[in-house]
Amino acid sequence: MNIIGKRLPKVDSWDKVVGATKYAGDLSLPRMVHARILRSTMPHARILNVDVRAAQELPGVCAVITGRDVPIKYGILPSSQDEEALCVDKVRFVGDPVAAVAAIDPETAERALELIEVEYETLTPVLSIPDALDETRDAIHDEAHADHHNIHKLVALEFGDLAAGFAQADYVLEDTYFYQGNTHLALEEHAALAAYSPDGHLTLWSSTQTPHYVHRALAKTLELPPSRIRVIAPAIGGGFGGKTDPFAHEIVACKLAMLTGRPVKIMLNREEVFYCHRGRHPVLMWVKMGVRSDGEPTALHFRTMLDGGAYGSYGVASTYYTGALQTVTYKIPAYKFEGMRVFTNKPPCGPKRGHGTPQPRFALEVHLDKIAQHLGLDPAEYRKRFVVDDNTKTVNHLTITTCGLRECIDKVVEASGYQKKKDEGGRMKDEINPAHSSFTPHPSSLRRGLGLACGAYLSGAGLPIYWNDMPHSGVIVKVDRSGGVAVFCGSTDIGQGSDSLLAYIAAEEFGIDVRDVRVVTADTDLTPVDLGSYSSRVTVMTGNACLEAIRPLKEKILDTAAEKLMVPAESLSFRKGEIVCEDDDARRLKWNEAVVLAETKYGTLSGTGSYKPPKRAGPYKGSGVGVTPSYSYSACAAQVSVDIETGQVKVEKVWIAHDAGRALNPLLVEGQTEGSVYMGVGEALMEEMTYRGGLHKTPSLLDYKSPTTLDMPEIHTFLVETLDPEGPYGAKEAGQGPLLPVPPAIANAVFDAVGVRIDETPITPEKILKALSDTSSSAEKTKGRAPRVGPKDFPQAPYPEPIRVEPPASAPKLR
Amino acid sequence: MKQVIRLRVNGQLHEIYTAAHKTLLEVLCEDLDLTGVKHGCELGECGACTVLVDGTPMLACLALPIELQGREITTVEGMARGTELHPLQQSFAELGAAQCGYCTSGMLLSAKALLDREPDPTREEIREALAGNLCRCTGYTKILDAVEKTVNSDQ
Ligand code: FES
Ligand code: FES
Repeated sequence: MNIIGKRLPKVDSWDKVVGATKYAGDLSLPRMVHARILRSTMPHARILNVDVRAAQELPGVCAVITGRDVPIKYGILPSSQDEEALCVDKVRFVGDPVAAVAAIDPETAERALELIEVEYETLTPVLSIPDALDETRDAIHDEAHADHHNIHKLVALEFGDLAAGFAQADYVLEDTYFYQGNTHLALEEHAALAAYSPDGHLTLWSSTQTPHYVHRALAKTLELPPSRIRVIAPAIGGGFGGKTDPFAHEIVACKLAMLTGRPVKIMLNREEVFYCHRGRHPVLMWVKMGVRSDGEPTALHFRTMLDGGAYGSYGVASTYYTGALQTVTYKIPAYKFEGMRVFTNKPPCGPKRGHGTPQPRFALEVHLDKIAQHLGLDPAEYRKRFVVDDNTKTVNHLTITTCGLRECIDKVVEASGYQKKKDEGGRMKDEINPAHSSFTPHPSSLRRGLGLACGAYLSGAGLPIYWNDMPHSGVIVKVDRSGGVAVFCGSTDIGQGSDSLLAYIAAEEFGIDVRDVRVVTADTDLTPVDLGSYSSRVTVMTGNACLEAIRPLKEKILDTAAEKLMVPAESLSFRKGEIVCEDDDARRLKWNEAVVLAETKYGTLSGTGSYKPPKRAGPYKGSGVGVTPSYSYSACAAQVSVDIETGQVKVEKVWIAHDAGRALNPLLVEGQTEGSVYMGVGEALMEEMTYRGGLHKTPSLLDYKSPTTLDMPEIHTFLVETLDPEGPYGAKEAGQGPLLPVPPAIANAVFDAVGVRIDETPITPEKILKALSDTSSSAEKTKGRAPRVGPKDFPQAPYPEPIRVEPPASAPKLR
Repeated sequence: MKQVIRLRVNGQLHEIYTAAHKTLLEVLCEDLDLTGVKHGCELGECGACTVLVDGTPMLACLALPIELQGREITTVEGMARGTELHPLQQSFAELGAAQCGYCTSGMLLSAKALLDREPDPTREEIREALAGNLCRCTGYTKILDAVEKTVNSDQ
């Protein structure tokens, strides 16, 4: 192959390095006005009155709207239509949108907001999981949107014989974990520009990862025929899941454009982006695992509680995801999952890189480390022995096509010198070498540790968000007499390189230069539907659709070339701008000439391709979450140093191996892997959403800590290439999976370094010092356990009777 | 209150009639249409708006144009000579240092200031020079690689 597998620049790199790329905030139109949104200052309150008269009278104000102007509810999931573009009767968190203004400039719009008077009646705020379980507190939503009072969703599923599994176990470990909420923090703040033409056409340019879902939400809330709405996603300045919901400001900009007859631009500031959130759910977890004396798992019981914030968002899916993928790494013969998501008066949580799976992965991989330590097993060898096999099913009916996890573990073990660095007890041998550390005044107080963890993720959700049987991804390819190829697809490039992949595939298949391919994406008028950039679906789904679209075009071009060259079409192939006969090199035709012949014979040349994932959902409600064409696998080894005097953790090195199937462009796969490691380091050590009385404590880039160049370790990346039958050229996902093993690898490394367990994120110096000071106190020690900081207990929750599901025939079995 | 400001940007002198309270970021993006300058916070916290003033990195969201009259301002649009890219731009593109590209112009200018001052920096010095520029996509690895490659190919 000439293009696939090569380390090529992305097709949009050149614009990006000269500053020519246009993001939503860079766009402007003649006569454009500017919108700002008034947001709630109350965490939970009824709206008694909104007085906008003074704002309307301010010179320069073009329109003022409130909830009454856009009252139709919406939400990303059909089952969670609980959001309003502007709150109608009540506000549910500090930052909830209440009113909006369009004015001739942003300053005037801002001044108008100050003139709007909102009268509130305060309700008791619900700020934590225990608050949400307390039925004396006011309900945040009415019954239609919740399973019970402030409980949004309850799930209970059981696969295989759990009781028998625990009965066969030689060792059973129970523990609780907490994974803190954090946010995407894409560098680009959300922006949108809306224009409404007198003939009733609405166009919205928006920084969204999912133009198709925004399209649907606009049609619903604005009561316009979808055929007259056009949503365009220009270049996106990072997403990570933070731009996958339809947002209030998008609807507001459109409504204001419809009212004023002028283009309306809205740019959120960083504080507002924190309120849009949809980030990582804080999840409290309880894990009970049974193993034989050699570590073989016999049963796993997993409970989760998600603090969802004020709205549904993707929350129902997030809840299922906290229980779905525990089974796809190691063989688990019996599994029970109970999950609950509650509403609280905080910005809504949703999907962030890894959507609902990094939290349970953290708990599971730390739990396994504890089990290995208790049984005196090597954590790497131990995991490898129970890794799932290719072409099998899990106990909860998920299909494993290919799994490169054993090789991933081998790679990081070898590169990190894992075995050599560990003594017989499994602890890291070499005491810190003061010469290596420049950052601490107390080199003698440094301890070094090495930790390991694994993970797995989907290559795209197997089911669409709203129920339908249409393609998840569509591609149209056009070829014409210029020799140029155009690829049209609804997918959205958020920096991961999805536009480039389409260009690489077309160039590879036609044997032409990447520069002769134009890619047109993310425009609901021009491009066939693609569901969007989420769930790591794009490479597999658009790639397959693109190959399907190209196939008939290749046949036509080869067919006409064969006539001209008087050889059978089967003997021809596309090679470096030519069609060449494999049997007779002299018989060849320039690509452009071949296209002209084909266009002459067949007329306008185009091909369409569609992709729908294989139908694999198991026989139970909720089985749609977790299914996918293929799983990616990764293993991570992290080396940390911990200062026992300050509690400071420094991640010194990370080795990460990722099975992304075939890497269509290794440079981009490495980039996704490194970016995932970075985000995992941030979540493990510093990133957190914290509130005081419903007020966000850190809604700015300075106060919300995220890693800089100085916090990041050197990352050593290894790509393990399984060739997966489901993916284009064998590809799987790369953008999310490699985040998963990073936080638990760091937690395990901290334990290795200082012998304490930090069973919650972020792993801060305070927690380390607290755990270290507990070393002398005896509570945990008497139980024969390491000192730890983590949740003390797990609240009683009204989980329902589980749905009991018979495992599939090829699932791991109890002996 | 509007007034005339004379700004030299990328070697060209502009006379701009604009509100005196506008930041350099706003004037560059809105009045001069140099939208290669980005913003992630408008509070001096992210580095996305980095420009060079007489060769030194400055955060455009905190700078007032009125105070920069007579100084030489460089934005990302001023890095290439015609169609010939600056070596940093070339290696950023080739090594995948720009994912979403939103931090890229700030990164490039901070890196350029470093290389103009210190043509042969260590990886540690590169890290320090870029510590004020946040990137949420790359984990910084490919950015550091790209700056290093530029250093090496210069020799
Ligand atoms: S926009 Fe200037 S530092 Fe963030
Ligand atoms: S490339 Fe996206 S923020 Fe740096």
